[in-house]
Amino acid sequence: MNLHQSRYLTNRVALALSLSAMAFGIFWLMWILWTVLDLGIAGLSLDLFTKMTPPPGAKEAGGLANAIAGSAIMVGLATAIGTPIGILSGVYLAEYGQSTWLGNVTRFINDVLLSAPSIVIGLFIYAVYVAQVGGFSGWAGVIALALIVIPVVVRTTENMLILVPNSLREAVYALGARKWEVILKVTIRASKAGIITGILLAVARIAGETAPLLFTSLSNQFWSLNLNEPMANLPVTIFKFAMSPFTDWQQLAWAGVFLITLGVLAINVAARVLFQEKR
Amino acid sequence: MNAVAEEIAAPPLVTEVAFRNFNFYYGKFHALKNINLEIFRRQVTAFIGPSGCGKSTLLRTINRMYDLYPEQRAEGELILGGKDILSRGTDIYDLRAKVGMVFQKPTPFPMSIYDNIAFGVRLHEKMGRGEMDERVEWALKKAALWGEVKDKLGQSGMSLSGGQQQRLCIARGIAVKPQVLLLDEPTSALDPISTLKIEELITDLADDFTIVIVTHNMQQAARVSDYTAYMYLGDLVEFGETDRIFLKPTRKETEDYITGRFG
Repeated sequence: MNLHQSRYLTNRVALALSLSAMAFGIFWLMWILWTVLDLGIAGLSLDLFTKMTPPPGAKEAGGLANAIAGSAIMVGLATAIGTPIGILSGVYLAEYGQSTWLGNVTRFINDVLLSAPSIVIGLFIYAVYVAQVGGFSGWAGVIALALIVIPVVVRTTENMLILVPNSLREAVYALGARKWEVILKVTIRASKAGIITGILLAVARIAGETAPLLFTSLSNQFWSLNLNEPMANLPVTIFKFAMSPFTDWQQLAWAGVFLITLGVLAINVAARVLFQEKR
Repeated sequence: MNAVAEEIAAPPLVTEVAFRNFNFYYGKFHALKNINLEIFRRQVTAFIGPSGCGKSTLLRTINRMYDLYPEQRAEGELILGGKDILSRGTDIYDLRAKVGMVFQKPTPFPMSIYDNIAFGVRLHEKMGRGEMDERVEWALKKAALWGEVKDKLGQSGMSLSGGQQQRLCIARGIAVKPQVLLLDEPTSALDPISTLKIEELITDLADDFTIVIVTHNMQQAARVSDYTAYMYLGDLVEFGETDRIFLKPTRKETEDYITGRFG
């Protein structure tokens, strides 16, 4: 076997291995998507969006309206709170505290927070907020979710800003710009697509988080927009309904799973379409 | 007697930038050794020499670019407009308005062609839309880019070709109306045709600006510059009119370099 043949063979083997690894991943993903679609689509109806979660053994069909609204509110507020904090911290890490003591410590703690199991965050908020205030509430859920958003946004913002070539920064300085002008007007703009993608990834992540909400916002069977009260949300409702013996609850759980999957998929597709033309 | 006539024929040279006993350090490394050099107003001065000789380092001191890096420092005097710009009271933002710079790789900002030009102007001057439109047009015309972009000023600066991007960067630099324009190997990332355009542009720009160019390409130095400084290992080996440096260098090292015996 000559050199050419052996390289050809190595190439083929490597290609076959990576293709089979990809096929393995795709297989499970497709199976999950198919199951969600198959079992969830039957529960899709107008009632899903207009009716409240039903009590056990209800005569008429229920929906998920309160859970959808609660999830939307809590995810929206958590993103609104977590994003600015995350972006500002990421800017600090990339542009100011790159190799300072404070920067390194912050980066380390952020990485710990990033990999912390979400149930730990839920229990933490339970201890410092829910137990103090004396009850489950929407705000507690918002804070727990925001704590999950922050480290994701910090990490992506820092990484995206570091990717901006130094020559671009120097070019801005060379025109007589101050540091804040360089960051605000050029480097953040140059990494805008990456930063927004990071935010969307964080949204996608918290949209399906169950553990932190179980200890904070809990759930609510009725329509409530009061953030000081327990608040209905999709993940906890799914958790509760899927484990129940009632077939109508199980059907609603699958419909909820379908909605979350669809929502996360829509966010990802939107992110891709929005930033496709940019390099 | 003939002084007046001579003055009309060739206006006397005015010193724009002067290095006096100038030294530069990267941490402990002594990168520029006791440089004494004068750069004349509205002339093109080229810095040539092999890689690592300190020509870019020298260029980047004129707008104090090294200030961005705490481990870099300069000693001695660097006079611009009669003032030592190394002195503590120097406003470096104001200095950089007077000394523009174009880099090796084109660095368009992630914004429209118009805003790329207006960006620097807005940092230093307040003006209305009409006046800004005029300034943008003026700068793009000076940089010989107006004809190619006048119908697409709203498009991203990134959408231009490499040569156009570099002329955009030149336009951006001159829009601030600096006295000095620093060019750090401005054509090394460009194709021959774009290079030719930039070289022609440099000659035209010398009517209004003092130009300092760092180049690896000796033919380029010979084509575009009025004065040439040959540097080697942090020393300024020889400085003089470009024709003389290339035809009758006084130092053996200079002759070896420009005749291609080393470098």
